Amino acid sequence: MRAVALLAAAAIAAQAQAPYERIRNAGSEPGNWLTYSGTYAGHRFSALNQITPVNVAALKPVWVYQASDLNKFETSPIVMDGIVYISEPRSGAAALDARTGRPLWFYRRNLPKDIRPCCGEVNRGLAVLGDSLFLGTLDGRLIALDRRTGRMLWDVEVANYKSGYSITVAPLAVKDKIVTGVSGGELGVRGLIDAYDAKSGKRVWRFWTVPGPGEAGHDTWSGDSWKTGSAATWVTGAFDPDANLIYWGTGNPGPDYNGVVRGGDNLYASSLVALDADTGKLKWHFQFTPHDVHDWDATHVPILVDAPVRGAQRKLALVANRNGFYYVLDRLSGQFLAGAQFAKQTWAQGLDDRGKPVLLPGKDPTAEGNPVYPGMHGGTNWFSPSYSPKTGLLYVATREEGTRFYMEKDEYSPGNWYAGGGIAGIPGIEPTGSIKALRADTGAIAWEFKLKSPPWAGLLSTGGGLVFGGSSEGFFFALDAASGKPLWKFPTGGPIFANPISFLSDGKQHIAIAAGHSLFVFAL
Amino acid sequence: MRGLVLLAMLVLAVQPASPMQDSDAGKKLYVAHCAACHGQKGEGGRGARLTALTRAPDNGSLVGIIQKGIPGTEMPPAPLSESEVRDVAVFVRRLQTDSAPQAAAGSARGEQIYRKSGCAQCHAIGPEGGLLGPYLSSIGRRHVPDYLRRALLDPEADIPDSFGQYRWYIEIPDNFLQVRLTAQDGRQVTGARINEDPFSIQMRDANGRVYSFWKEELKELHRDWGKSPMPSYKDKLTAAEIEDLVSYLCSLRDAR
Repeated sequence: MRAVALLAAAAIAAQAQAPYERIRNAGSEPGNWLTYSGTYAGHRFSALNQITPVNVAALKPVWVYQASDLNKFETSPIVMDGIVYISEPRSGAAALDARTGRPLWFYRRNLPKDIRPCCGEVNRGLAVLGDSLFLGTLDGRLIALDRRTGRMLWDVEVANYKSGYSITVAPLAVKDKIVTGVSGGELGVRGLIDAYDAKSGKRVWRFWTVPGPGEAGHDTWSGDSWKTGSAATWVTGAFDPDANLIYWGTGNPGPDYNGVVRGGDNLYASSLVALDADTGKLKWHFQFTPHDVHDWDATHVPILVDAPVRGAQRKLALVANRNGFYYVLDRLSGQFLAGAQFAKQTWAQGLDDRGKPVLLPGKDPTAEGNPVYPGMHGGTNWFSPSYSPKTGLLYVATREEGTRFYMEKDEYSPGNWYAGGGIAGIPGIEPTGSIKALRADTGAIAWEFKLKSPPWAGLLSTGGGLVFGGSSEGFFFALDAASGKPLWKFPTGGPIFANPISFLSDGKQHIAIAAGHSLFVFAL
Repeated sequence: MRGLVLLAMLVLAVQPASPMQDSDAGKKLYVAHCAACHGQKGEGGRGARLTALTRAPDNGSLVGIIQKGIPGTEMPPAPLSESEVRDVAVFVRRLQTDSAPQAAAGSARGEQIYRKSGCAQCHAIGPEGGLLGPYLSSIGRRHVPDYLRRALLDPEADIPDSFGQYRWYIEIPDNFLQVRLTAQDGRQVTGARINEDPFSIQMRDANGRVYSFWKEELKELHRDWGKSPMPSYKDKLTAAEIEDLVSYLCSLRDAR
């Protein structure tokens, strides 16, 4: 045992950079976790197989790191060569020794007093490329840190926070660029996806998620409504190096609940967009919820899978959407291939053969409040789904919670709340949720594990045949990936608003999850 | 004591801060709590010089730094009430006399001397250079020429030790303590300590590699207090070259 540990201590010394080629092939080194979702394909799957349904009952915490701030702790760590890199709430970062959890450096930011994050002063993670880490900040900036010391290398404005922008999304390093989105969908921003040169911080391209005058899709907005059309981009996308396409989800159109003031389909809100990685040019888009009035952001990590659909091998992008439906898209063309309802919904009859929802009448927000499923937080939300190539199942943490949607007139002023209405719960019905396993090619439900409350935690599936997830009451748990049977649980003592990851330290498989205000790391 | 201070902070926190912030009161507090490291006039010494506030572009951030300290450095959180912190901040603001970096004639020559003398093996400016010794990108803002000259002639004269008072939150020592260890397997590693606790130690060797050991894995662990791996440049450089190098170091004033 001691010899093994020493060997691992030697391994930590074998520290290299993280060049693009290494990140592109992240799946070939499952001992590390090199992107937000583990690999570019967005699977949040670890091939590590030491922890199994047979031995998971012996899983126990080996170290805990307490964050320096008491906002929701949503980080998904990057792990590279024995060091765990995390973001912290309020745009901080830290490097932790993977063996002991001891900090190696901190980065803490003095934020302006008047930042305007919509929904918590949070951050979901870092990107690594070369010898640098990249962090988006609540004051609308993208910064590069020296991976070895945490010292800032550059700091550039993505978008002015005083106009309602903030950044909580983990950036994605693609080739020599750092791609980031923005938050601000409840403050009438105009959404964007940007790419910056990793070395200099200079902006290389920008894609506006709401097209301006003269651009295709601009006519899907009445009047000047495009100017405050939102379509924020606050969840990390995926990348297909062969197609050279970046896939990124977009948020609700603004104002959220008042669709009267923004007639039309409101492209490219509540959509998945495929962008050329070199130029940011739009290759295709798929809008899940045309003219959304229920705050159903399509800000999900798309899952890229190559698999047969109805007998033909396809390159797929899979999305379990906040609107309650599951979508199978061809990721080269954006063509809709299959869909299915996976969460409780009361707004559509179903999807037509192009994947468009067939609307039920009378589901828009009203002055009196109109109850609809899924509610404002959706059938799922920003937290990551997971796909296991071993089981062919896509796992999604599912919310069952209705909302009474209210519509009001709202006046836009820069940097202020602009939702066009409000929300309330449905009296007498306790919200609930579950972990669901969907057949990736059809969305058919293979199994379901019931939760007491709607979840805010993402999922990790593993080569050992497990699915790790978290509950809003603070239980971190493991399910059998094939059956959904619960096999292990640990009460962390704080609600879980984060995605799990897995890595090797001292040659042993570890599982990490942020819960409450701490990062918990488990091993056998 | 800590309880009393916290109680005092609690009581004061619920009262609105006095609109009249007393710089004289701030000066007394500064002399009592800050001057030992930062100098009577903010000229710096062991602590950063305060004539140009690189980390505190506005009053809010200055108050925050005084209240919370700077994690990972010897700057501790001040054991002062909110209104006292504001008084100190008003005084510290008035110390700012350092507008633009002065063009030093020897600076360009000093840069050449920096390059040829191997300084970058252990020190970094920007992303370039070694990590064994202190970072130099903003050294000219933090230290006065006398201090820098002494550091070149007698490197062990001012080694930071992280023994500042009121250091309640022990996080990461930033004192570049040199450690030498021998592992149970016979491996020997020498370098700068990054962090340490009762059960483990993390360090970085001259090549920048990071190591983490449980102490039970070690046969020997030496902490070379008061030692510096930096050689004295007294006999390696001429007095004029030392002055040029000091000029160059004074010109390093990155605001980050």
